[in-house]
Amino acid sequence: MLELRKDLFADERDDTLNVVGKSVQRQDMPGHVTARTRFFDDHAFDGLLHLKVVRSPHPHARIRSIDVSAAARAPGVKRVLRAADVPVNKNTLLSLINFGKDDEPALAVDKVCYVGEPVVAVIAESEAAALAARNLVRIEYEPLTPVFDVEEALKPGAPVVNPTYPNNYFEYHERFDHQKLRFGDVEAAFARADIVIEHRYQMSPIEHAPTETNGSIAAPEHNDRYVVHTCAQGLFFSLGTTAKIVNLESNRLHFIGGTVGGGFGGKVDSLTEPLAVLGAMLTGRPVRFVLDREEEMLYGSPRGAERIYIKDGLMRDGRIVARYVRSYFDAGAYTRLSSYAAIKCTAHIPGPYWIPNVASDIHVAYTNRCPSTAMRGFGITAVDFALEVQMDRLAEAAGLDPMEFRILNAYRDGDVKPHRRVAKNTALIECVQVAAEKANWPLSDQARRQSSLVGGGTGARAEIPATVLDQRGQIGRPESRGAPATGTLPAGAMRIPLTKEPVMEGTRDGRAAPVQVPRYAPAPAPGPAGPPPAAAASRPAAPPASSAPPFYPPAPSPAPVAPPPVAPPAAPPTQHGAMRFSSVFGTRRR
Amino acid sequence: MAKLPVQLRLNGADRATFVDPAEPLLTTLRRGLGDFAPKYGCGQGTCGVCTVLVDGEPQLACLTLAVACDGRHVETASGLADGPDMHPLQTAFMAHFAAQCGFCTPGMLTAARALLAHNPHPTREEVVEAISGNICRCTGYEPIILAILAAAAAPGARRA
Amino acid sequence: MLDVRTCGSLAEAAGLLSADRQAHLIGGGTLVMRAVNEGRLTEGTLVRVTDPAFRQMNLGGPRIELGAGVTMAMVLARGELAFLHPAARSIGGPAVRTMASLGGNLFAGPPYGDFTVALLALDAQVVLQAGYGGGRAVALEDFLAARARGGQGLVAAIQFARPQSPGDFRFRKISRVRPKGIAVMTLAAHLPRAGGRIAQARIAYGAMAPTPIRARGVERALEGKPLDAVSLQAAAQAALEGCRPATDAIASEWYRREVLPVHLARLLAGDGR
Ligand SMILES: Cc1cc2nc3c(=O)[nH]c(=O)nc-3n(C[C@H](O)[C@H](O)[C@H](O)COP(=O)(O)OP(=O)(O)OC[C@H]3O[C@@H](n4cnc5c(N)ncnc54)[C@H](O)[C@@H]3O)c2cc1C
Ligand code: FES
Ligand code: FES
Repeated sequence: MLELRKDLFADERDDTLNVVGKSVQRQDMPGHVTARTRFFDDHAFDGLLHLKVVRSPHPHARIRSIDVSAAARAPGVKRVLRAADVPVNKNTLLSLINFGKDDEPALAVDKVCYVGEPVVAVIAESEAAALAARNLVRIEYEPLTPVFDVEEALKPGAPVVNPTYPNNYFEYHERFDHQKLRFGDVEAAFARADIVIEHRYQMSPIEHAPTETNGSIAAPEHNDRYVVHTCAQGLFFSLGTTAKIVNLESNRLHFIGGTVGGGFGGKVDSLTEPLAVLGAMLTGRPVRFVLDREEEMLYGSPRGAERIYIKDGLMRDGRIVARYVRSYFDAGAYTRLSSYAAIKCTAHIPGPYWIPNVASDIHVAYTNRCPSTAMRGFGITAVDFALEVQMDRLAEAAGLDPMEFRILNAYRDGDVKPHRRVAKNTALIECVQVAAEKANWPLSDQARRQSSLVGGGTGARAEIPATVLDQRGQIGRPESRGAPATGTLPAGAMRIPLTKEPVMEGTRDGRAAPVQVPRYAPAPAPGPAGPPPAAAASRPAAPPASSAPPFYPPAPSPAPVAPPPVAPPAAPPTQHGAMRFSSVFGTRRR
Repeated sequence: MAKLPVQLRLNGADRATFVDPAEPLLTTLRRGLGDFAPKYGCGQGTCGVCTVLVDGEPQLACLTLAVACDGRHVETASGLADGPDMHPLQTAFMAHFAAQCGFCTPGMLTAARALLAHNPHPTREEVVEAISGNICRCTGYEPIILAILAAAAAPGARRA
Repeated sequence: MLDVRTCGSLAEAAGLLSADRQAHLIGGGTLVMRAVNEGRLTEGTLVRVTDPAFRQMNLGGPRIELGAGVTMAMVLARGELAFLHPAARSIGGPAVRTMASLGGNLFAGPPYGDFTVALLALDAQVVLQAGYGGGRAVALEDFLAARARGGQGLVAAIQFARPQSPGDFRFRKISRVRPKGIAVMTLAAHLPRAGGRIAQARIAYGAMAPTPIRARGVERALEGKPLDAVSLQAAAQAALEGCRPATDAIASEWYRREVLPVHLARLLAGDGR
């Protein structure tokens, strides 16, 4: 039952809500119950053609030959599409914001990288005719060794899954093979911690299984345009993607949608729109491309699998002093949205807890599995599961109640996060208190008195600690993964200074392109033997273990801090969409 | 291959069309006769969004041969409302928020209609059984079950 | 492309089936039409039977005869067949049951074929009609053993003796989805008793082999015994004889072997569920 706890944070709200907390009829409900709601497939077209694709039966194989002659002659067949028919047969979804390289063909060219990859499309007068003709397409494959495990894929010598990324990882900012987060000095803190706990977590792919399968209908419209009825969750995202692949100005595409028969993230990939539009362009007739249920379940991209390692340094009194997360997103064969998932994951670390030393290395690995994509909190869901299981294990190790343990370590307003932003509107403490109350879970008086509004942003909680930097995981250098620290960013530094050297890399088709991402200056010179920052060294010894956690852990402010950072007031870099998008270190405040 | 003529009553109106010999009724209803109430969700019988009544009995249109419906009465969710007047099932679905994306709704309504026609005062278990072949991925079954029970309690629910 | 032929008589349909290897009978179509929709069946002829005999039920005498076109819903509508209602109700939702035929169930691969498991425990016979000739009754077990080879032509009807006492007949389908789902395994038992001792027990399993099978070992262990701890123990020991379960999306082979004795014990002990 919904209950609004207006007593909490009452002064942060004016209570003039006139929808929240009330029952309001959905405006699309009459359409639903009268069956008048029009989903993408609920549109009649004269002369409608049906498109079906031939998919790879192999996880990894070279295509030796394709013979479509029998299919093209089959009754009712209007057109057979192959890779060469696709005007721009390489795309990555986030290319619309210039993030990542084009890596995925609409129809496979010379090799297939996952079971179910589309190779040939058959367009016919009826679904039955398209299905019958599909069986007549002859494709000869030469199977290649596949790789299915994220960590195996990153080993030197692993089979190359995706030729655009020959090292089997997504390349972040043309510099690292992963998303990096560095805050303080986790190694020094582990050395100092009373208890260090490391565990491995794993999540399998999850299919969205929408009741309506992915699909679209594209039809020639007046004035040389094409109308497209689609279930796309991001209608204009799909329009832009389609325009690029079929090489039309986007104003020649008229996308109609917004009525989605269940999406949950699985309808952002434009799985059908480009080929449907291309079919309409090449036949001059309306073309319908709908995945069947088996295709939806097996080849409609899922929430990707993840493997996560969490290592925590814990004091006996229950304070977490360091957290290091290393995780691997299984992108499958192509990028889709996994590059973004890793960014979201990084932005979520270390969970809703204030921890003075945090680092993470979040990898996106290519494997010969179905490409994965968005799904409800993707990037965060699995790591959150892992973090919360880890929290229970830590609480147990510290001999603390798991609820009190969370209250003890929760973010409070004003705390500085590893991303160098200030935590605002924090509410974990109150959530745990209310949950405990509802569950009749006993909390100590002290825990019940805690508040997200009090105690945050004090002492060390307000500081950006001196941060150890490294060059681990440079692109193309797997041996650098275990490399030592290379230097220390002074306490208070918001970011690594940007280089002033002009950059002309990242070009497409040989033409100089605008700088895609800012370049960082070389890291500050390695500190001699990298002594742990003074602050850390001077931290008082942990108080003796007790069952009542100290809710205001002594938070000494990092001793003599070099005068704040003076990040060179370099002219703000070209804040290209891609950079803004991927920067979890940005200074933007909400 | 030659098309075959099919004549049937659709929601009370006599209709005729031509079909491919092995065409599923779902295709005929949607593409041939323009009734988009029954949906395609699986073509396997597993989701129930294509549920229609054939001579009053629930059937899955995706697995029914269109030619087998020649001369029979097919009813879909399009025919549930009586002109502008909604059927008690429809008003109950609205009142109980028994639809989210709405894709399963026509099939759910049809399954529920078949239940109430045979059993005007079902128990909760009977409602659950009646919609056990209908998948909803969004709403959760509870509001749907409550809506059907509420409709059964409303006057006029048995109205075919 | 697929064609459809509608046959007014069983003999005509049987003739078509025997004359043309590309002809497939369509009963309720719940499996055939799926293959059509998914493009696995694109050529040949679907043979439809409209002969009333195909859907006839003779329930009067001690020997019951059900046309192969009889649906699960038709079984559920007849009180005389109450002992078969749990088996019929275990198949799909209401809209599947109005279509799914008994004949089609005989051909459904694992983990389907739940009704067939019940029929096997009833020692049913299958009436086959090959070509235009008359029907020929075959033991269901032999029919199933030959099923993989195909080409058996038309099943016209199914016959079995009504259990003397309906309580002697038990059916149990184990599935993981509520309110219903496909089978982890299906068990049926007919346990006629003479003077407190089991005589001519018939036990059948579904999803424990490529077709439903008889549990001969269990039948032997129970023969002439009262249903007591000793005989149940012996039955459990023999439970896995002849089993060749598959690993599928529902359960692994290992799991099926592990839990079969548990479910068998519950079935024999008469635990209702
Ligand atoms: C959602 C769903 C759930 C299901 N759940 C179950 C379940 O829980 N348990 C279960 O057992 N099954 C289940 N099934 C499978 C199927 O519905 C049943 O097995 C049903 O009994 C098959 O009968 P049918 O008449 O539909 O077969 P059809 O699809 O018509 O035919 C199936 C096969 O049998 C052949 N055939 C049919 N009748 C004859 C005949 N008289 N003579 C010769 N050949 C014949 C056909 O040629 C075809 O090869 C389910 C199906 C669906 C779609
Ligand atoms: S489309 Fe018919 S049951 Fe899913
Ligand atoms: S409301 Fe979306 S499937 Fe039921």
